[in-house]
Amino acid sequence: MLSLPQEMLDRVVDHARRDHPDECCGVIAGRDGVATRVFEMDNAERSPTGFSFDSGQWLQVYRALDDADEQPLVVYHSHTATEAYPSRTDVLWSKNTEFGHWLLVSTRDGTDEVRSYVITDGDVVEEPLTIT
Amino acid sequence: MSIEVRIPTILRTYTGGEKAVEAKGDTLQGLIDDLDSRHSGIKGRLITDEGKLHRFVNVYVNDEDVRFLGSLETPIKDGDSVTVLPAVAGGAL
Repeated sequence: MLSLPQEMLDRVVDHARRDHPDECCGVIAGRDGVATRVFEMDNAERSPTGFSFDSGQWLQVYRALDDADEQPLVVYHSHTATEAYPSRTDVLWSKNTEFGHWLLVSTRDGTDEVRSYVITDGDVVEEPLTIT
Repeated sequence: MSIEVRIPTILRTYTGGEKAVEAKGDTLQGLIDDLDSRHSGIKGRLITDEGKLHRFVNVYVNDEDVRFLGSLETPIKDGDSVTVLPAVAGGAL
């Protein structure tokens, strides 16, 4: 289960809308599994069908988390023409990540569909998303 | 000369849980070979079977992504710092 304050979810959705039709991406940091703050990341691909974290910015964020004893909790990104469900590319990259949760926002047709997943060894399981 | 290499959580299984380890080398390739001699298996997570830097990792020398330097041929000198991070990507396809 993923639990997020409304304001963090609003920020993620706002980011997705702003970057539409390109995909947005970002990090929600956590401490002991509790979400602490949102980092909007630059999508180095600037693409409607893919994202990758800007490598220099990711180093700064990773270091800031390490210094503050926070962890990468959630990786979020948007799908701008398809549903909020992990793609094959997402599953491939999930095998190499430290993020416990994949939060997806679909901005297709002006909707904001937000869903959360745990991806373990390529196995996608949707989890309840609780807003606090 | 010994260089500090910072290891991300996901690769600390190879370093006995250590956040940072020491390695020697004149180039990034040499440094990774040396790292693997003491932390067996880590090289396979950093370099592909074809001998290229793996796309699933970012390696930085003095905070510069080596993809914008000389990749595995990037020279390493005394006092440099090396950081490894998991690259993060995905997409709709």
